[in-house]
Amino acid sequence: MYNFDFEKPSTVADAVAALGQEDAQALGGGQTLIPTLKQRLASPSKLVSLKGIPEMVGICRGDDGALCIGGATPHVQVAAEAGDYPALAALASHIGDPAVRNRGTIGGSLANNDPAACYPAAALASGATIKTNSREIAADDYFQGMFTTALEEGEIITEVRFPVPEKANYQKFVQPASRFALTGVFVAKYADGVRVAVTGASEEGVFRWTEAEAALSSNFSADAVPSAPSADGMIGDIHGTPEYRAHLIAVLTKRAVAAAA
Amino acid sequence: MPDIKMKVNGVERSGSVEGRDLLSSFLRDDLGLTGTHVGCDTSQCGACVVHVDGEAVKSCTMLAAEADGAEIVTIEGMAAPDGTLNTIQQAFQDHHGLQCGFCTPGMVMSASALLKENPKPTEAEIRAYLEGNICRCTGYHNIVKAIMAASGQDVGAIAAE
Amino acid sequence: MPKDHGIGAAQTRREDVRFLTGQGNYTDDINLKGQAYVHFLRSDVAHGKIAKLDTSAAAAMPGVVRIFTSADFEGVGGLPCGWQVTDKHGEPMQEPAHPIIASGKVRHVGEIVAAVVAESLPQARDAAEAIELDIEELPPVVDMKAALEAGSAKVHDDLTSNLCYDWGFVEENKGAVEEAFGKAAHVTTLELVNNRLIANPMEPRVAVGDYTRHSDESTLYTTSQNPHVIRLLMGAFVLGIPEHKLRVVAPDVGGGFGTKIFHYAEEAFCTFAAKACNRAVKWTSTRSEAFMSDAHGRDHVTTIQLALDENNNFTALRTDTLANMGAYLSTFAPSVPTWLHGTLMAGNYKTPLIYVNVKAVFTNTVPVDAYRGAGRPEATYQLERVIDKAARELGVDPIALRRQNFVTEFPYATPVAVEYDTGDYHGTMDALERMADFAGFEARRKESEAKGKLRGLGVNCYIEACGIAPSNLVGQLGARAGLYESATVRVNATGGLVVMTGSHSHGQGHETTFPQVIAEMIGIDESMVEIVHGDTSKVPMGMGTYGSRSLAVGGSAMVRAAEKIINKTKKIAAHLMEASEADIELKDGAFSVAGTDKSVAWGDVCLAAYVPHNYPLEDIEPGLEETAFYDPSNFTYPSGAYACEVEVDPETGKVTIERFAAADDFGNVVNPMIVEGQVHGGIAQGVGQALLEGCVYDENGQLLSASYMDYAMPRADDLPFYSVDHSSATPCTHNPLGVKGCGEAGAIGSPPSVVNAVVDALQSAGKNVTHIDMPLTPARVWAAMQ
Repeated sequence: MYNFDFEKPSTVADAVAALGQEDAQALGGGQTLIPTLKQRLASPSKLVSLKGIPEMVGICRGDDGALCIGGATPHVQVAAEAGDYPALAALASHIGDPAVRNRGTIGGSLANNDPAACYPAAALASGATIKTNSREIAADDYFQGMFTTALEEGEIITEVRFPVPEKANYQKFVQPASRFALTGVFVAKYADGVRVAVTGASEEGVFRWTEAEAALSSNFSADAVPSAPSADGMIGDIHGTPEYRAHLIAVLTKRAVAAAA
Repeated sequence: MPDIKMKVNGVERSGSVEGRDLLSSFLRDDLGLTGTHVGCDTSQCGACVVHVDGEAVKSCTMLAAEADGAEIVTIEGMAAPDGTLNTIQQAFQDHHGLQCGFCTPGMVMSASALLKENPKPTEAEIRAYLEGNICRCTGYHNIVKAIMAASGQDVGAIAAE
Repeated sequence: MPKDHGIGAAQTRREDVRFLTGQGNYTDDINLKGQAYVHFLRSDVAHGKIAKLDTSAAAAMPGVVRIFTSADFEGVGGLPCGWQVTDKHGEPMQEPAHPIIASGKVRHVGEIVAAVVAESLPQARDAAEAIELDIEELPPVVDMKAALEAGSAKVHDDLTSNLCYDWGFVEENKGAVEEAFGKAAHVTTLELVNNRLIANPMEPRVAVGDYTRHSDESTLYTTSQNPHVIRLLMGAFVLGIPEHKLRVVAPDVGGGFGTKIFHYAEEAFCTFAAKACNRAVKWTSTRSEAFMSDAHGRDHVTTIQLALDENNNFTALRTDTLANMGAYLSTFAPSVPTWLHGTLMAGNYKTPLIYVNVKAVFTNTVPVDAYRGAGRPEATYQLERVIDKAARELGVDPIALRRQNFVTEFPYATPVAVEYDTGDYHGTMDALERMADFAGFEARRKESEAKGKLRGLGVNCYIEACGIAPSNLVGQLGARAGLYESATVRVNATGGLVVMTGSHSHGQGHETTFPQVIAEMIGIDESMVEIVHGDTSKVPMGMGTYGSRSLAVGGSAMVRAAEKIINKTKKIAAHLMEASEADIELKDGAFSVAGTDKSVAWGDVCLAAYVPHNYPLEDIEPGLEETAFYDPSNFTYPSGAYACEVEVDPETGKVTIERFAAADDFGNVVNPMIVEGQVHGGIAQGVGQALLEGCVYDENGQLLSASYMDYAMPRADDLPFYSVDHSSATPCTHNPLGVKGCGEAGAIGSPPSVVNAVVDALQSAGKNVTHIDMPLTPARVWAAMQ
């Protein structure tokens, strides 16, 4: 690792101020960032830990019924306390491993937007709102491709608001080495329609499978899931071809619908 | 160089670290607690697991500065002061849950965290919980068996399967 | 009642206490006063010419002690290869120079280009980034078949081609084998890949070099399975340090699996640099470095053909194999695809005619060498897969086909040079059938099908050759070392013993099992015996631990030394009791005179040896310390039968291991708990090879599986509980303990049963799948079903 300064503010305002320094970077749980730093793939001048900000930790229901999760809430807490949204709690309980879940945070995961991460699928399928220190961003606008988001420099995810669906399920098919999603599908059924988000499969990162959404919105059953989407633009690597990933999308969507229904 | 203080295995320890110093290197190099091992650089093998404020954490993926003020327990703090092994350690010895010993500190720390939150885990729950602890020697058979035994479950039938 | 003491007792391990309390002493736990740290600048190009290497700016960086390049190693030997294979024309293999630091050219990603020694590791790394390095890329040689084509780029310009050797075995049999194939009623052919693996002991390699100027003594602390071998190779062939000025210490070692046998550049570098800098120099591999600098394993591409007569008797076998050597010859690399592979092609079967051809190939990849099983898993996999395929083609039961062709009379001279001393292949298969509940399989298959899953059952046998082996024989086969083992037994005046063994324990539990043997021989408690290993300054000589040889060879040396001790103590006891030496019996820690009630305790005899007031000084010397070297007269031949049951998810291709049973014949067993643990671990590595692990290079020679993010290590939830049995035992006839070795069996015996089971599952669903190459990842299994 290159050296950097370290700061652990206790308020969002102080964190934003600390991130004002050139090349300063926010540190959530560090479960992805620290391994990246070990490879010397990044050289921040300062890391600003978001773990000491009480207002960014916790889970509650908003006035609109949405499940609100503080940006620095670790996965283990979401797994334990997001019982109002069981599919989301279940997703959180399968990210990484127990020690990773004790440190890793929802804000960190969404800010990183790894193309094989789980939370982006949940946020996109739920039509979540990403709340930052300065604005609110709809999930549909937030994810902008692999490791790319709408966040500006120094912007911090303070909270994520998930509208709670009638039914939902997440199916993760693990890449056997990393245990990230080789392909993961999150299906969420709301009164006004079904949303299906896919992670791990596309070279563009998490995306909505609109064809399945349309079919499932009129008939929420596994039989209604369309045949596999085109393999164009899917990831091909030593763990699976684009065709395999496209195939998995359909299989996992069916399983998610069956499990949710 | 931030000054940090933490309670490690019940004893107040302090030191000066660089921002980039990891908790694992602070424990190993600064405090001489070399029971915590480093087996990978991608946060997967779990040989470095310690308890931070009661939770299992990969000490190679936490900055030492982040542990300022925390209570840390390492493998060196698991046995009784007179050296008597705790229940989990004893079960690992009784059931041959270790061979080369390198992954063992992390396994014991993870097993301890598991049994705290789930005192009688099933075989499947143990295997799932150990997702972040890699062992290359044992094939996990005797590790899982040891953890079941440590939780008071009868493991007599396992060997005869 | 099971024994709780001596040979056969499932004693818990004494070494566990230090490992369980964080008190182990691994090489990375060693920090010497004033030590500097080295960071190696490694090539990120597979094949290229070093056009520019300028260290001047880097040398001026803060904390830099010294920067080393190949220029600093002029006049220093390269890394030696310990085995010379002779090709089918009687010519020696092509053997390239293997520099410590790349000179002129780089030949694989990860090869050392320069080494920065600095006050701290971050400083060393910072300075390495300031080295100006320009590598002109050359066409990479990655694929073995392409490497052998005329016009291929050459890994080594000074060699005639990328062919290391073209080995035929047994060359004289070739004609008869061809003839037998001409007459065969049925021929089964299978092309397969034995996937390249990375050993991945959980402890990465570490080397700490130290130097004492006033006495001109060098010390290397290293993560090695055989410190004496490192002392010999590094001292005599690389650095020119006489053995009495060189100490090599391998303290607690966190697993080896073969990859810590070899002498590596980093070891020689740290020893060399410590002298050059006159201070200790430490290197700790990161896991990322390990992936591109630890020797890899396996990597064979084979076509195997089995000929059968009209009664389904095996009549002949022939194989063509390409074996990847990587860019250089690692310490024992040439022996793996030849003498550790070709000699095992008879397996458990009385196939009368066998011909094995192996072409070893240089490529721009990390060197490949022994990994748990080393050659024997490759032999077993091909043989047991082709037999399974033959059974399916012929419509016969695969177990019956195997049983029909088993060797049943021993000793048995195979057509591939080795002679099995004992075995009972029906016995281990019977044990497997009792354990694996084949009768219940169809019901389990129906249960799986009811869940929408396919279920398959795979069985295989294996034979291995362990306890390598007579030095005079392996010398003829090309080994450049002896393969004996030594032990010194020192008895202290109060009767306690210290055994100094050349075997090295890095998880095998020698500190527990070796005392059990001594305790049995003398009739004393194990607590009176201490084991010392892993330090050339404490142990007279040693060839180390690999090839499942510790107890069979090292244990035998210890027995021989202990027998010398016992003979001497009997003389002393005879003197003390004024009896004839021939009448002295040693039992339960006391000497008695046959037919009398005279007795003297072990401790009193030992005391007499050191306080020789009443002592036969005219006949024997005082003191009790004996050394023995044991050179085995043959290999040992463990064998077994394994069964695997899998479930396959037909929608995703995911395979899960539902049941696994292993019946082994290890001969006599000293500690069944430890033996079973060895089998468990071996099975996990074999299942890992079959389902998860694959080392993959792209066409440019870049390692794609370069970390645990892409190289799938078996985890607890990938594996079931295993059923193991070693009750069908035929003791080895030629070593004093009757033991055979158990370290590699699981890794050798398990991959074919897994693949056989998956093929069985797919065929049960009507899929015309006869083979899938390992690892059987979900994507591959799914693709095979399409």
